[in-house]
Amino acid sequence: MEVGAPSFWTTAGGWTVLTVLQILAVLVWILLSLAFLLLADRKVWAGVQMRKGPNVVGPFGLLQSFADFLKFVLKEIVIPAGADRAVFLLAPLVSFTLAFGAWAVMPLAPGWVVSDINVGVLYLFAISSLGVYGVIMGGWASNSKYPFLGSLRSAAQMVSYEVSIGFVIITVILLSGSLNLGQIVERQAGGFWNWNVLGGGGLKNLPAALVMIPMSVIFFVSALAETNRPPFDLPEAESELVAGYQVEYSSTPYLLFMIGEYANIVLMCALISVLFFGGWQAPFPTPFTAAWTPTAASFFGFLWFFAKTIFFFFLVAMAKAIVPRYRYDQLMRLGWKVFLPLSIGAVILVAAWREFGPGA
Amino acid sequence: MILPAIAFYLLAAITIGAGLAVISARNPVHSVLFLITAFFSAAGLFVLLGAEFLAMILVVVYVGAVAVLFLFVVMMLDVDFTALRQGFARYMPLGGVVAGVLAIEMVVVALSVAGGGAAAGSTGAMSRSGGATNAEAIGRVLYTDYVYLFQAAGMVLLVAMIGAIVLTLKHREGIRRQAVAAQVARTPAKGVRIVSIKPGEGLAP
Repeated sequence: MEVGAPSFWTTAGGWTVLTVLQILAVLVWILLSLAFLLLADRKVWAGVQMRKGPNVVGPFGLLQSFADFLKFVLKEIVIPAGADRAVFLLAPLVSFTLAFGAWAVMPLAPGWVVSDINVGVLYLFAISSLGVYGVIMGGWASNSKYPFLGSLRSAAQMVSYEVSIGFVIITVILLSGSLNLGQIVERQAGGFWNWNVLGGGGLKNLPAALVMIPMSVIFFVSALAETNRPPFDLPEAESELVAGYQVEYSSTPYLLFMIGEYANIVLMCALISVLFFGGWQAPFPTPFTAAWTPTAASFFGFLWFFAKTIFFFFLVAMAKAIVPRYRYDQLMRLGWKVFLPLSIGAVILVAAWREFGPGA
Repeated sequence: MILPAIAFYLLAAITIGAGLAVISARNPVHSVLFLITAFFSAAGLFVLLGAEFLAMILVVVYVGAVAVLFLFVVMMLDVDFTALRQGFARYMPLGGVVAGVLAIEMVVVALSVAGGGAAAGSTGAMSRSGGATNAEAIGRVLYTDYVYLFQAAGMVLLVAMIGAIVLTLKHREGIRRQAVAAQVARTPAKGVRIVSIKPGEGLAP
């Protein structure tokens, strides 16, 4: 993007075109990845239950998601009588847009980020706190009891777990000293012993790992609750609420909800790898990439980022397959009485460590 | 650059339009949704001013938390629209006074900025001084010069929270509660008794 002479690319129009192209590239990459991650999710689930999973469409069922996509799009959109049409159709759009908008600040590789803003972490937190609107609007606009109950549950759940996610993020910010996701990743360079999960600063910060490892676990579990994944999928608990806030949705609006949900899950996986596991940093020192072209080095980092994200997605899929669903009061108890005190305590400990410890 | 100007007029227009829609929408739920839109585009305006930290906090606190509770309450309420309209004439004078005071205040502030008054120099408060991001700048001021006021504000909020809990807390007698620690501490040795029963004899108590 560095052009010496003033050309089209340095003007406002060129900037717009470039940014739109970047956004499209990220969007297409996420959508393509999602198609296969959806399949991977079902395959993992099937594997745990000793089934084969989808295996008919394409080799090993690889094209299953595309077949599902066509099926969703070609079906009729049913809008219930008495539903608030505008809000009903707006809700899945809100979910979908927010889920993808959050990716704007995610550092995919060295220099590969759509918008490198100083408050990247806060932006992500803000956008994920908006995700609850898609759910509430969908549940309310359906004009039906089950969706409404589902959306009420979901809103309470998402708001509750956001609090502990916020505190966990603060511990990472305290360690990194920056709200910029790119800088948070850069500070974890040089090997896995510099990752935030192990205290984020080599061996002298290793005692902080005693706090940060539990924090990464809390973040993972809260991310499951925040994205309404099993074992916290109470909003759509099929045994009691049919499908929660999505009951009345069909065809493309439902597809948007589903893609938004999965985009959020992958976003949370990416966020775990960025905040705790070094994002695009390789787990060993990489002096050899210095001689490479910037693009090659970026691609190398991108592969690590992608691998870590997929690993955490695998964990999410395994959690869905293995863990039984929480009861609602247990969920609230876990969020408010266990995670919240633990994460507040961790913030105090990490702050003290940064002030008085050897890493100060 | 032309892009910030486009962004400003777009966001400003959305903010004003959504603000008007808040008071003119028939359905209170729509009002709240328009209010959220207004908050969100106001956050966008903050970003254009270079106050990205405030913008994000506005979204997290007002849109992400406060407005969700608003929406909850409004959705659950069984609002009688005719009863609402009947009160309109009665509350009109008071509402008009409040609106008038606010409008005068805004005009005064705008005039003092335009006239280079006391507020004019404060436009630089949001901009970066010495390379610090504005999250850093706000943090420095908040935790040094204004730390006592900041703590006092925190105490007020804590007291309000405790007050709300005390008002709504009900201790009901005779309720069986789940003792999680006791459940987790249970072992198979304590919970299960394995016996072998001979056919036809049954289990003696």
